[in-house]
Amino acid sequence: MAGSGTAHLRDEADVVLRAENLIVEYQGRGGERVFAVSDVSLDALRGETVGLVGESGCGKSSVARAIMQLPPPTAGTVELDGEPIEHLTGADLREKRRKLQMIFQDPISSLNPSRKVKDIIAEGLRIQGGLSKDEVAARTTAMIERVGLDPQRAGDRRPHEFSGGQCQRISIARAMVLDPEVLICDEPVSALDVSVQAQIMNLLKEMKERYRLTMVFIAHDLAVVKNLSDRIVVMYLGKICEVGGSDDLFESPTHPYTRALAQSIPEPDPDIPIGPAALTGDLPSPLAPPSGCRFRTRCPLAQDRCAAEEPAIREILPGRFTACHFPLVEPRSPGLGAGAAV
Amino acid sequence: MSGQTTVGAGPGENERVGKHTTREVLKVDNLRVWFHTPAGMLRAVDGVDLSLRQGETLGVVGESGSGKSVMSRAIMKILPRNAELLEGSRILLDGRDLAGVNPKKEKHLWGVDLAMVFQDPMTSLTPVITVGHQLSETLRYHRKLDRKAARSEAVDLLRRVGIPEPEKRYHYYPHNLSGGMRQRVTIALAISCSPKLLIADEPTTALDVTVQHQILNLLQSLQESASMSMILVTHDLGVVAGRADHIAVMYAGRVVERAPTRQLFRQMRHPYTRALIDAIPRVGMPSQTRLASIPGRPPVIIDPPPGCSFAPRCPSAQDRCLKETPELESDTDSASHAAACFYPLGTAAGDAARQRNVEAGVSAAGTPVTSGTVI
Repeated sequence: MAGSGTAHLRDEADVVLRAENLIVEYQGRGGERVFAVSDVSLDALRGETVGLVGESGCGKSSVARAIMQLPPPTAGTVELDGEPIEHLTGADLREKRRKLQMIFQDPISSLNPSRKVKDIIAEGLRIQGGLSKDEVAARTTAMIERVGLDPQRAGDRRPHEFSGGQCQRISIARAMVLDPEVLICDEPVSALDVSVQAQIMNLLKEMKERYRLTMVFIAHDLAVVKNLSDRIVVMYLGKICEVGGSDDLFESPTHPYTRALAQSIPEPDPDIPIGPAALTGDLPSPLAPPSGCRFRTRCPLAQDRCAAEEPAIREILPGRFTACHFPLVEPRSPGLGAGAAV
Repeated sequence: MSGQTTVGAGPGENERVGKHTTREVLKVDNLRVWFHTPAGMLRAVDGVDLSLRQGETLGVVGESGSGKSVMSRAIMKILPRNAELLEGSRILLDGRDLAGVNPKKEKHLWGVDLAMVFQDPMTSLTPVITVGHQLSETLRYHRKLDRKAARSEAVDLLRRVGIPEPEKRYHYYPHNLSGGMRQRVTIALAISCSPKLLIADEPTTALDVTVQHQILNLLQSLQESASMSMILVTHDLGVVAGRADHIAVMYAGRVVERAPTRQLFRQMRHPYTRALIDAIPRVGMPSQTRLASIPGRPPVIIDPPPGCSFAPRCPSAQDRCLKETPELESDTDSASHAAACFYPLGTAAGDAARQRNVEAGVSAAGTPVTSGTVI
């Protein structure tokens, strides 16, 4: 999937986060270059949750880290409230970081084991400064309560005394106490059991409503992403395949990879027949990604053109952007691309 | 999937009818595995009964700590040292009691009778030996093949599990292969001596969704062609929904509900099963749907108080649930469907219990209950 381009970016007033042409490359062990993210752009409106899905190695976590400037991307720009943040340092970056918070997959290792919960949560406020001790304590207590823990009992304990789900609540409190504009969630529920996962997902939805929070939500579980997101970006091997509203993306995928993902979801319903696997083979190496469309080596619809020419992201249907030469739509009008329905 | 009151055919209803007139391969009776821990005896598995016929797939579903993996390790006889198999626990493989079997002396137990596929393929592969060599070694040891025959059989096995260019891959080390390919190799190892029973413990949890689909399809086709029995252990009801003949749902070391797959989904009796499936986000749900979450979290079972272990989280809990422990009992309509609950869903007693709690706004255990709580 090769998709490059910025056709899916929006020109609206309430765009809070805008990342353009992000490139992330790492130095491999043998000195070779790992192409983790190759020209990915995305934006998020105020109060919107943008989901990033794709299989491991597709670059979704690298995109999240590039937005956070942890580390800064190899190339590309990140704008928060219309201001670029990629060259900021010191106090300026610190101020932006308050508005841009992140929670991680492993809730236990992302909390300092030797500190008390209330200190972990208050630390950001202390670093930001400008608040009295009492104010810091009051805000911390209120936030512990808001994420569903008992401030009296939880505040003085240390992370190891809590379960995974509770630690994820603490992580959410630590991020939210700074009143961020954008919360980046990197697989925050993948390590949790189903019953606890539902609690945390509901909590994130409450936070989003209450604070009109903008979220970038990353997960490999499509149903989880769909449940939380308003808009979904599907990635494959460092590129964007498809962008669309979450309610219809998986119902009417226009990119062959999105369709393959949708067909692979194991549904907890014995009456849904199980078909043959939608894809064969494995992800190619990000050290030497395929030419043209990066999905072509596994794509059931690939043609010669897919090897020669990288498809650009274009609007296939209203609000639906796809990077594919042969998208899965009926030809509607000239210029909208030939349909390759199966 | 709201509960319906219709219940299918009577005892013996099977998912894939016609295939199961065969012998019982595995029988587990009152299996109890406790762990010695500094805090006391942890009851990882606390009284599990199971039965599995030739060619059948049993899905074992539960959250972490439910005892599902310890149970499979007990059957495999690979429990850690601090585990204790309690008196009265019986595991019969093809009618033979495994209690007296020492797998180190009885060298064909592992591989020939029983085989296991783990979540992390590197658990069963040696990093310093090529995958082909690991396979042919196994074949020479168990099946007494000579070098040449073992080699060609190994290549054939790699082909059967869907590894492209098996002659070339034969010389690969595990680290040269992707996670999905490694899992295929461990499956090839597991089936190399045609085991009677294959236990797959979360075989696809570490894999991506498209690869998961491939591996599950592979396991199913291998199992069907060899008429092997399989236990598919998973936390994901979606993985077993279309693939298992029977499902056993575990909670806190016990089976709380057991039924033929379709029947289980058609009429869930145990409030935990219902709550578990309602907590799963589905792609068919509109975005931003609030999920029916289960309050609290699974208990750690050291010195459990009397009563049902799910009662503190259960919206149907009554006083009796806090005092007595329910046994797994067959449904009045179908002997093959059993639940360990005093107030099963879809029964008069169960509906009345839930209604009482909804009206009171709280369960007997003090958990808030609203009409929106689960179903």
